[in-house]
Amino acid sequence: MTSTEKNKKYLLTGNEACAEAAIQAGCRFYYGYPITPQNEILTHMAIRMPQVGGTFIQVESELAAINMVYGSAAAGARTMTSSSGPGISLKQEGISYLAGSELPCVIVNIQRGGPGLGDISPSQADYFQAVKGGGHGDYHTIVLAPGSVQETADLVFDAFDLADCYRNPVMILSDAQLGQMMEPVVFNKKCKPNLYKKDWALTGADGRKRNIIKSFYPVKGELEKFNAKLQKKYRQIKAEEVRYEEINIENADIVIVAYGTCARICKEFLKKGQSLNVKVGLIRPITLWPFPADIIQKVSERVQAILTVEMSAGQMVEDVRLSVSGRCPVHFYGRTGGGIPTPKEILKKISEIVSVREKVTCTT
Amino acid sequence: MSEKVILAGLGGQGMMLLGRLIAQALMLEGKNVTFYPSYGTEVRGGTAYYHLTVSEEEIFSPVIEEADTLIMMNLPSYLKFKGFLKPDSMLFLNSSMIDKIENEMNIDVYRIPATKIANNIGNVVASNMVMLGAYNEVKNLVSIPVFLSCLKNVLKGRKEPFYEVNKLAIERGAEFVRKY
Repeated sequence: MTSTEKNKKYLLTGNEACAEAAIQAGCRFYYGYPITPQNEILTHMAIRMPQVGGTFIQVESELAAINMVYGSAAAGARTMTSSSGPGISLKQEGISYLAGSELPCVIVNIQRGGPGLGDISPSQADYFQAVKGGGHGDYHTIVLAPGSVQETADLVFDAFDLADCYRNPVMILSDAQLGQMMEPVVFNKKCKPNLYKKDWALTGADGRKRNIIKSFYPVKGELEKFNAKLQKKYRQIKAEEVRYEEINIENADIVIVAYGTCARICKEFLKKGQSLNVKVGLIRPITLWPFPADIIQKVSERVQAILTVEMSAGQMVEDVRLSVSGRCPVHFYGRTGGGIPTPKEILKKISEIVSVREKVTCTT
Repeated sequence: MSEKVILAGLGGQGMMLLGRLIAQALMLEGKNVTFYPSYGTEVRGGTAYYHLTVSEEEIFSPVIEEADTLIMMNLPSYLKFKGFLKPDSMLFLNSSMIDKIENEMNIDVYRIPATKIANNIGNVVASNMVMLGAYNEVKNLVSIPVFLSCLKNVLKGRKEPFYEVNKLAIERGAEFVRKY
């Protein structure tokens, strides 16, 4: 691929679509270190960056990658790095510094099985790391979770805009399946690299007051003031940037909450329209932070139960429970270590929930 | 129209290219496609496999639980994936490398001597395109020119000399099943 035409369909892996979208969104500085299952991002960047006059560096380590991102972001450029679980863990210190210095950038995590070196199969077990901070200190990254190759491309565009808008790191939390599979993708979003003025950037102080980029506030009281500013920003993001998709939740008896690959499996289950005597709906969070707590709270007031499906031992389910606050039972079904739930397994779990409920109804 | 295909063979038999060509051609015909390859720790001589789903409607799960079609290039692949067959599935076997398989489920089986046909036209590596020709002829998915334009796209640059033999392989595969 040497360039792309608007409205033309390309058959690409999620990883290639992610890299190409970044380039088209104006990212000109990419730093990466190889790790399966995200290597196609590096290879695509290695080919394309020189073509568009950008910089691609295959760095010596993940630490180098995230800190080069810090440098490019401080200079006001659109910049990105990507990795999978083990590499993202190594980047956490840098991500905390980026958040603490309010630097916009995009970090892509194509999740694989963990903990430790784990395996290279799809997983959603980096949820806690992505939405609860990961690094040290009171900070948040905006976390976007795509559900298809097309949405991966679209969200990468949005990620750069959101990062610039809020001066905050944005993470794309995808997984090995979405990264490796090929689907048609159209690049039709507009590149808006100058949408937000970066008058804070280190561009040379000739003729103006110098800018300072730092996350160090040693004078007593200063850091607390800075944290208050960050928290205000996070409250604004929570109020304005929540995104989710809902399917058939109006009359649902049971609502499933699932994101990414798991949401696709759940949609397959919904499409099959199993012979169950209950109506099942789906909420698919697209932003994992900020989490779509309000809609989940709203449905919890009228449904019989909520089921969370994840490729983890139960991480997002904690945020679902916080949103529900005991208004209805919250069930969980998860697979770990590269296991992907099947529509049959979800049917079985829903049947269990229904039969337990029926027993309760009979005795009361 | 909806079609779930599992393609499998020895690493190097060209299943990736075969699946991509089918996906690309059907995408150009306006269908939704999802092509999910096995990746990573595959080794030379091991089984490489691919899940291809084609549909008029939105495709949700890219993982196939029951296949409409299996395209199997060698015996280990067939043994690994025969559990994905259902009573109305179709089975395409490379009979040059898989022989004497009992048709246990009494389904439609097409035994294509793909390796032999490819060898006869001068390039054993084109066995995947023989299977493509046969599969497309039976399923009547896209016109041959659409495949050929996709093939031309893939075989750009230094691989261009291989276009003709691949084209011939597609035609021979189609021819073989017409006489089947």
